[in-house]
Amino acid sequence: MNIGNLPFIAAALLVAFGLYTFLFKRNLIKLVIGITLIEMGVNLFLVTLGYRTGGISPIYTYAPEAQQMVLPTPQALTLTSIVIGLATTALLLSFAVFVHRHYGTLDIRKVKELKG
Amino acid sequence: MTALTTHAPVLLIAIPLLGAFATPLIGKLGRGARNTLVGLVVLVVAGLAALLAVDVFTAGAPTIYEMGGGTFTFPLSGGQVPVRILFEVDSMSAFMGLITALIALTGAFFSFSYWKDRSGSNLYFSLFLLLTAGIFGMQMTGDMFNFFVFLEITSIAAASLVGFRVWLKQSQEAGFKVMAMYTLSGLFVLLAIGLLYGQYGHLNIAALASRLTGSLTDVIALGLLLTGLAMKAGAVPMHMWAPDAYGEAPAPTSAVLVANSQASLYGLFRVLFTLFGASVSTGAVGWILIVLALLTIFVGVTMALIQNDLKRLVAYGAVSQIGYMMLGVGVGLAVSATKPEFGLVAMQGGIFHMLNDAACVGLLFFASGAVIRASGTRDLNAMGGLAHGMKWTSVCFAIGAVALAGVPPFNGFASKFLIYEAAFKLSPFLAVIAVLSSILLLAVFVKAFQAAFLGPRTTAMAHVTDPSPGMMLPMVALVLVVVVFGLFPGFFVDHIVTPAAKALWLGRDAYINAVLGG
Amino acid sequence: MSNHGMSVIVRTVTRFVYGLIILFGFYVIMHGHLTPGGGFQGGAVVASAFALLLVAFGSAGLKGRLNLHWLQSIEEVGALAFLALAFLGIGTAFFYNLLANSGGFLFGASVPAGANAGVLNAGGTVPLMNWAVGLKVMTGIAAVAITMLIGSKKEETE
Repeated sequence: MNIGNLPFIAAALLVAFGLYTFLFKRNLIKLVIGITLIEMGVNLFLVTLGYRTGGISPIYTYAPEAQQMVLPTPQALTLTSIVIGLATTALLLSFAVFVHRHYGTLDIRKVKELKG
Repeated sequence: MTALTTHAPVLLIAIPLLGAFATPLIGKLGRGARNTLVGLVVLVVAGLAALLAVDVFTAGAPTIYEMGGGTFTFPLSGGQVPVRILFEVDSMSAFMGLITALIALTGAFFSFSYWKDRSGSNLYFSLFLLLTAGIFGMQMTGDMFNFFVFLEITSIAAASLVGFRVWLKQSQEAGFKVMAMYTLSGLFVLLAIGLLYGQYGHLNIAALASRLTGSLTDVIALGLLLTGLAMKAGAVPMHMWAPDAYGEAPAPTSAVLVANSQASLYGLFRVLFTLFGASVSTGAVGWILIVLALLTIFVGVTMALIQNDLKRLVAYGAVSQIGYMMLGVGVGLAVSATKPEFGLVAMQGGIFHMLNDAACVGLLFFASGAVIRASGTRDLNAMGGLAHGMKWTSVCFAIGAVALAGVPPFNGFASKFLIYEAAFKLSPFLAVIAVLSSILLLAVFVKAFQAAFLGPRTTAMAHVTDPSPGMMLPMVALVLVVVVFGLFPGFFVDHIVTPAAKALWLGRDAYINAVLGG
Repeated sequence: MSNHGMSVIVRTVTRFVYGLIILFGFYVIMHGHLTPGGGFQGGAVVASAFALLLVAFGSAGLKGRLNLHWLQSIEEVGALAFLALAFLGIGTAFFYNLLANSGGFLFGASVPAGANAGVLNAGGTVPLMNWAVGLKVMTGIAAVAITMLIGSKKEETE
């Protein structure tokens, strides 16, 4: 089935929603969700770059002969990006936990001792 | 010896990584064993960086290192394209490596004494070495995606170091902010890499550079890279995280964070000069860089003026200096189509200032860390008369401050003078803003020095003394760098700065040909 | 999240499946060079079993079974093993695959070009690196999950 440019549109929407969440939400957890949405959009974009209509996964084990495969490099890039995303999300959430412990709130309007 | 220089680019990354993962295990044996390991690692890394720099500067051509190699010989021939991850070290990369080695060396030795009476410092040193490895990786790599990976390694390590002291309220707020901004900048860079890969099917910088056409998608990718990397370097208007990070991180880390920002700046310059080069309008991009630079200088200095927190004041000073580097290189980029004489001078100034700024700002952060450790406060209004007890620290702080403000005969003057000279030739307005901001910065530091160190000895500050030799020695080493580079700028400009500036300004073809063949 | 875990249904099902999840994770790591997956994916699967235990039995039920210090030490060992394997090929270049096609029994068999039925004993240092990464990821994510649980638990008591 030809999916055309649909994944690119989905990726753009994910990035746009993520940016909106990051810029306009006031809750630390929601900011993390926004960042994760952008990240997922970028990951989807990368995977889509390597997609070829009708292609199979680029693995030779039990692969049918003479079948077109999707590009493996973007998949490796996406995987790396997912691994990095795991670490960054975990770190951001840990900071959110500690911010909540110190300030008693997750509202960024109340968490601003550092300004000016 | 030759084998060592061949493998130096990768060893610069592998050895700190090895140290980073071994530190928590060796640390179980005790503090002495851990300090020996970390000290050994940074010494070896500094030696390797020096070795690599000598090699690259004498060869005058980029060195290629192929990860998992053995199949290809470089430069390639017959239309071959690089498939593996390549490290490509030209004079600019080697120069940046020297800066990182200097800061890692002094920072690690300063940290030994700084963390003497704190628990959990095994993890601190682990993160410190991880950050060092990431910075070296950003500087040595010749592959866009690999650059992104190292960028993220530095992001995670740097943000963890900023928020390392979980018992401090503000450091957690700063940590969250830094990590959020770093992640966002990393995602911009990744999106740009995706756009470039989608068009040209390459990730190698040299291969991409030889194929770029300057299409609309390329320009969007350039915009994303510019935004992301300027954000990570802490340029105004994306600087919100920078003073928080520099201010709230432990003092030795602040210096490494500055080196990290410089590595992002290096990435930005590499993208602008080597990756895009003449395929986009360098004049327009150069002026964007100049405007960002002026904003950074001006906002950094004026915000420093109103600070009452010593560390935060130095942090804003550090932000403003990023602007001077961008100004020098921006002027060089703006005129790089016609390549007049003063363009190279601007490049020399901007690049020389990276080294000078690392030394001065490192010195200032170390000194302010020592002051805060001794006095127990960061509030300038609560300090006073510290020079009575901390003679040597106050001298170090004063030298760092006047050097950063660009007073002769220290190193900050040497590089800033080159920037003023070249900026004046492009437009006198630029030079006026730059000079005025420097004078303002001097006023800021005079105020801070007067408030913290001068005046009568107060009862609350009666107990302060100079820090232990372990903390003094790194400061003295940086003072030596500041003074020697200030007294003999000509020698250093000729031997290490000019090759680096030329590699960036004129070396695009050499960079591409080293991989793809002429 | 309470310290005593969830209902008896969840706990019973967890007892059944967590061993299978760990086994599947090890399978994904083992076949990382042949099938989709690898060190990170398999490690994440194994860690999800730990996380399941954590959720089902609570931190009290886990006490003593997973020690944070041990987890961190194993994680460092995994990372060091990965780097050591990369250093193995330093005679040629960093990350050079010394063991591939060496004919030896340690993943040295050569693989026919094109589609094949999969040769487990091939790939050289790659399967070994998968194991190193798997070790690091399973312990690392488990440590993150436990640390976060401890963090949120303290918050409730404060």
